[in-house]
Amino acid sequence: MLNRTADSVARATPEPLARKVRGISDKGLAWLFISPTILLLLAINIFPLFWAIYLSFTNYRANRPNEVVRNVGLANYKRILGDQDIWIAMQTTAHFVFWTILLQTLIGFTLAWLIDRKFRGHAFWTTIILVPMMLSPAVVGNFWRFLYEPQIGLFAYAISFVTGIPATQIGMLSNVSLAPWSIVIVDTWMWTPYVMLICLAGLRSIPEYIYEAAEVDRASNWRQFWSITLPMALPFIMLAVLFRGIENFKMFDMVNLLTGGGPGSTTEVASITLKRQAFESWRTGYSSAFAIILFVAVFGLANIYVKALNKVKQR
Amino acid sequence: MKSTLKLTLGLTSAMFASTAVSNVAQAEDLTLCWAAWDPANALVELSKDFTKETDIGMKFEFVPWTNYADRFLNELNSKGKLCDLIIGDSQWIGGSAENGHYVKLNDFFDKEKISMDDFVPATVVGYSEWPKNSPNYWALPAMGDVVGWTYRKDWFSKPELQKEFKEKYGWDLAAPTTFDQLKQIAEFFQKREIDGKTVYGASIYTERGSEGITMGAMDVLYSFGFKYENPDKPYEMDGFVNSEKSVKGLEFYKALYDCCTPPGASNSYMGEGVDAFKSGQVAMHMNFAFTWPGLQKDENVGGDKIGYFANPKGPDGDQFAQLGGQGISVVSYSDKQEAALKYIKWFANKDVQAKWWSLGGFSCLNAVVKDPGFPASQPYAQTFLDSMAIVKDFWAEPSYAPLLQASQKRFHDYVVAGQGSAKDALDGLVKDWTEVFQDDGKM
Repeated sequence: MLNRTADSVARATPEPLARKVRGISDKGLAWLFISPTILLLLAINIFPLFWAIYLSFTNYRANRPNEVVRNVGLANYKRILGDQDIWIAMQTTAHFVFWTILLQTLIGFTLAWLIDRKFRGHAFWTTIILVPMMLSPAVVGNFWRFLYEPQIGLFAYAISFVTGIPATQIGMLSNVSLAPWSIVIVDTWMWTPYVMLICLAGLRSIPEYIYEAAEVDRASNWRQFWSITLPMALPFIMLAVLFRGIENFKMFDMVNLLTGGGPGSTTEVASITLKRQAFESWRTGYSSAFAIILFVAVFGLANIYVKALNKVKQR
Repeated sequence: MKSTLKLTLGLTSAMFASTAVSNVAQAEDLTLCWAAWDPANALVELSKDFTKETDIGMKFEFVPWTNYADRFLNELNSKGKLCDLIIGDSQWIGGSAENGHYVKLNDFFDKEKISMDDFVPATVVGYSEWPKNSPNYWALPAMGDVVGWTYRKDWFSKPELQKEFKEKYGWDLAAPTTFDQLKQIAEFFQKREIDGKTVYGASIYTERGSEGITMGAMDVLYSFGFKYENPDKPYEMDGFVNSEKSVKGLEFYKALYDCCTPPGASNSYMGEGVDAFKSGQVAMHMNFAFTWPGLQKDENVGGDKIGYFANPKGPDGDQFAQLGGQGISVVSYSDKQEAALKYIKWFANKDVQAKWWSLGGFSCLNAVVKDPGFPASQPYAQTFLDSMAIVKDFWAEPSYAPLLQASQKRFHDYVVAGQGSAKDALDGLVKDWTEVFQDDGKM
């Protein structure tokens, strides 16, 4: 049936075109098929990257279309690296990335380990745990803002109920000390299921016979965990950390919706600073340089990390 | 066959004709861009008369305030043709004039005998002129606006509260005339039980993302003696922006935030302020005048329960208020400039301006606001007039965006996050603003 269709298509193909197609090598044909994707990639990824690199060496401002664009050399880069506010934003980002990854990995792995016990109803609970991850960040940000609201928010009431502190004094988003944690809590709530899912895949990939052999050798549960479970799931955990690390390094939506970088600049992560410079202050050249610095930092760190991950996998 | 051909031709012609007719109609449609807020709805209503008179259809592109600047400045910067007319914020005038976004209206005003002397002077300077105080007009004053205050007249008039207040502060509980009085009232109401509900002193601007805290803090700082620059030497800011009086003003704003705002009001602007007042949370409420018609009509807090007062005086008796509002401009990238100019001519008409005011817009035409019946036309009309007489505006320079971002950060860091001192914040502001003007080659 398939051959007959192919034959009819071949017969229907005009002679000169058929001749041409017949003359194309496999490699040529492969290029022909992937060229639209490559062109699209060049247009929407590679070209903007090189354009941003070019702009980073200029004084260009998108809101001054008539102004002469001057080459300023490395001035934008020097200014960024000497800017105290940028360093504070980077510290805030690092703080946020560290705590979210730590909490998500610990809780995610624990949940995966528990789900892997295959208790009764584990499939149901897996689905329930995955729900936050399936929500839109915009929805999550907005409803957590209401939950945190000191006068009507359930979160404030719950904390008040437990601690006895009046709910109106629990300003999760307005208190300088609590605001960074409010974002960590929401991000952990939303993305722990994702880490759990990857860890669960890791745990399920460990062959049963290894545990059986350990049982024969009378290894304790604790010993089995440290010597089998953790080392064999480690590449998966590291992969989850890599994905979450990259995502959280460029976190924008949640912070923007919850605190907008405030109070003051206490939750102003690098992406918020970048957005403000690029689209509120319209320092296009300056913000391009900042974007390149962030890109190089993430790319460099991710590369080092991937090398470490490969080493762990090879062990 | 013949009849089929005729039918086909007939249908095709009819389709072609109907498309052409609709294209002609669309070609005459004007798109007006503005913020999505109550006055925009009033303008939609008002503009129906324009369509009736001219057969020019009106389409509207309204964007919420939080995205208003981003959306429309992007549109102008990319030389987009979406907007034929734009009601742009007062601070955009410098950039939009210098970057060629707006059509200069001097010749058109001369031709159509539209005189800027017919409009409230502060609105002409604030919304139309660039450079400021020069006869170069880029917009027609469209929507007068200014920061003022509303208060709960029904709470203020409760005999038991009046008695207690008098005993505590030694003066009658009434709309404040000085900032000291305002703070005393706010303290008095903070966390007080009224009608079985805990209420708070005042709602003030603290928003970080766009322009909120700058509008609020400046509204207070002006009356304390803040000046943007040396009046004799433009762009010299040291000693003016960070003068002792300015420091006192910023300290006052922080004290007001710390003592007397509702819990969690750390990112509050126009919408949040209205919500706080409407829900009966606060005794006083700082906001732009455009919110007043809506509040006046509100069943729970409007009518006899609401009162209005202009920004109070500072310690030395100075009294200023932050200007809001906008002018209407013709976008230079529009293909329908002639029709857009027709709209401006129509909008400048006295009867149209009177109707604009009656629908909830704030007219800037002298003939409307100086009409003997104007102060009594609405309960807030006199306060609007008083406030418009004392306005000051933020920088309207082409670099207004980075200037605004700097003040947003410095003010929020100090007032809301409590980092550093008022002096540090204002010294930092001088440094940031100096950098911006140096980048522009103005210093």
